[in-house]
Amino acid sequence: MDRLTFRNGVHPPYNKELTEDKPVTELLPKEKAVFLMQQHTGAICQPIVKKGNRVLVGQMIADAIASISAPIHSSISGEVVDITEIPYTGGTSIPAIIIENDGLYEEAKPMHGPCDYKKLSRDNIIDIIHEAGIVGMGGAAFPTYIKLSPPNYEKIDSIILNGCECEPYITCDHKLMLNGTAKIVEGLNIILHLFPNAKGYIGIEENKEDAILAMQKVIDDADVSDKIEIKILETKYPQGSEKQLISAILNREVPTGKLPADVNCIVQNVGTSYAIYEAVVEGKPLTSRIVTVTGDAIATPQNFWVKVGTSFQDLIDASGGFVKKPVKIISGGPMMGVTMPDMNVPVTKATTAVLCLTEEATSILEETNCIKCGRCVRACPMNLLPLYLDKFGRRDDFDRFEKLNGTSCIECGCCAYVCPANIRIVNTIKKTKRNIRDNNNAKRVI
Amino acid sequence: MNSNTYMEVSSPHIHQGSSTKTIMRDVVIALTPTLIASIIFFGIRAFIIVLLSVISCVLGELLWQKIFKQRVTIDDLSAVVTGILLAFTLPPSVPYYIPVIGGLFAIIVVKQIFGGIGKNFLNPALASRAFLIATWPAIMAKWTLDGVSTATPLELLNGSSADIPSLWNVFIGHTAGSLGETSALALIIGGIYLLYKDVITWEIPLSYIVSVFLLSLVFNKTSTPLIFALYEIFTGGLLLGAIYMATDYTTSPVTKKGKFIMGIGCGVLTCLLRNIGQTPEGVCYSILVMNLFVPMIERHTVPRTYGEVR
Repeated sequence: MDRLTFRNGVHPPYNKELTEDKPVTELLPKEKAVFLMQQHTGAICQPIVKKGNRVLVGQMIADAIASISAPIHSSISGEVVDITEIPYTGGTSIPAIIIENDGLYEEAKPMHGPCDYKKLSRDNIIDIIHEAGIVGMGGAAFPTYIKLSPPNYEKIDSIILNGCECEPYITCDHKLMLNGTAKIVEGLNIILHLFPNAKGYIGIEENKEDAILAMQKVIDDADVSDKIEIKILETKYPQGSEKQLISAILNREVPTGKLPADVNCIVQNVGTSYAIYEAVVEGKPLTSRIVTVTGDAIATPQNFWVKVGTSFQDLIDASGGFVKKPVKIISGGPMMGVTMPDMNVPVTKATTAVLCLTEEATSILEETNCIKCGRCVRACPMNLLPLYLDKFGRRDDFDRFEKLNGTSCIECGCCAYVCPANIRIVNTIKKTKRNIRDNNNAKRVI
Repeated sequence: MNSNTYMEVSSPHIHQGSSTKTIMRDVVIALTPTLIASIIFFGIRAFIIVLLSVISCVLGELLWQKIFKQRVTIDDLSAVVTGILLAFTLPPSVPYYIPVIGGLFAIIVVKQIFGGIGKNFLNPALASRAFLIATWPAIMAKWTLDGVSTATPLELLNGSSADIPSLWNVFIGHTAGSLGETSALALIIGGIYLLYKDVITWEIPLSYIVSVFLLSLVFNKTSTPLIFALYEIFTGGLLLGAIYMATDYTTSPVTKKGKFIMGIGCGVLTCLLRNIGQTPEGVCYSILVMNLFVPMIERHTVPRTYGEVR
């Protein structure tokens, strides 16, 4: 099979060998679990439990009435001991429910009894996915029920499961594809049931050969190869970016400001498909996931099946702690991950990895003058001119920034990764995009 | 509870490892075969001229940055590259004050006054050469080979066809000319290295060389147009300009289309200057002229963004 890919991109060292051959260990939280009220893109949730309440595994503890949101469920049983704010990335604080673990893991009643999804209506299934709190598990955490409800659902002809996992170090999707192969494929079947005219594709980078073989075997055994096809992709960053994946597999371009559904396709992470299976078939809300704990500071890097709400500290302890002093604790991968202020932050539905890097492994470099080498231009998967976006962004020249389509930037980090002058291009672009958004919002109010 | 706090910065958290310094080091490596060729053909004098030019550039940058209390950037090796390139454009017979003055002019007037590395709009080495030609025209046009005064192949091609050196001598560099322009072989070896190391891309050198080749066939007045076109490519600093100067990052476009326009523009201007102008050479001025158009070229060659509907 030919290896598909997109234009430009980079080949960072993958460092996946730290964890990819080790088994996935189940890890339970210690004395407490912390549930952030925002684990998704969209409106923040409000607690629906009070201090002193006893909650069960799978019980809904927070929800929002807003149109874009996803409810949150407890992953343990125990008492709500506090509802407070905890420090999160970049000096922000996020409201959280803290539950003391009674260690019993007493389960709430499943959302519904065993059922055959084929007999459920489209609306039924979407409601189950909504109620189960499922969000995109590749990191962006967009509520899944919304993505599955495009107005033109009958026109959707392609559902792509994203098993690329192009971020260095991370192997949680890889491990899930090996350990939960059948559920992922069945999850895709459920999604295909929602889109009567769609074909399913599973996109996997060629460096995960065992996952490709396992997936192919399940597809063959289930005799669904007529409607689900595996697409092998070149190992290149950011292959797993939604737009780049659509380019590679379907050769379609999502127009600026539009959604994949506008070009008749929908992309879901393999982990999301797994969660859809568990919610629809087993009645289980989303309360656990695989997290990769890795980096050169970690004694024994590995993957854990972990309950949402478990602290980074618990994960790092279970990995043997630090062998070297880390300077950064990153939630996610080294290209797009977000630094955390301390190890008290908890795993959320979208935590793919806890990456602990020492000073040698990360880049703490002084910026020098741009020499216009053009490497950022050749690396950019969106075909932007990052050097000029940085220049105009720093001058708050929003007009020229927007004229060069700066708001199309997917913040993948390729430009800054290759920049010989170590210019923090993505940082500038992120800030400028935020300023432009705030500006536009202000205009709307006036 | 752990009280440690960790560094909070925006992604990405890893870096490819290249820097301005590693890029400039690669350029110096690429220029080494040409330096060796110039010493072989023009003697130890060639080495002294290069050395003086480099020292003048580096000290000039250091001095400027000390005086104006700027961050000293001489360790990025860009001044070294400018020094070597400037020396390569000088005749081997120049008095030793020429590379010294040229180096100071290149670094201070062309580069630092406009803000230092990345901010100049003209190629420092070429702008300095143009200044030297204007100020010391006789010195800058005195060519020697094996200790004897002679003319450059381009001068000979433009005049009588007597005594034109063989194509082979022109290719390996045993001919009259500036220090670093004579050995096509050495320049090509360095160019391949730069392409391999991804320091330069192929668009500018190739479109420059190909357009000079094709236009030379048009301008040809000899009975052997192909041979004439090859002479035009291997002489007059064309390869030095096409591979090492028209590709100068700061003074060439970053867009792919823009690079082709740069290369073809340089090629057309070079041929016009060589064949219609009174000067036998055209590389230096054609690149300098194209340098001025770079901002305009870039504005009109912005690539289509993914998803952009125009």
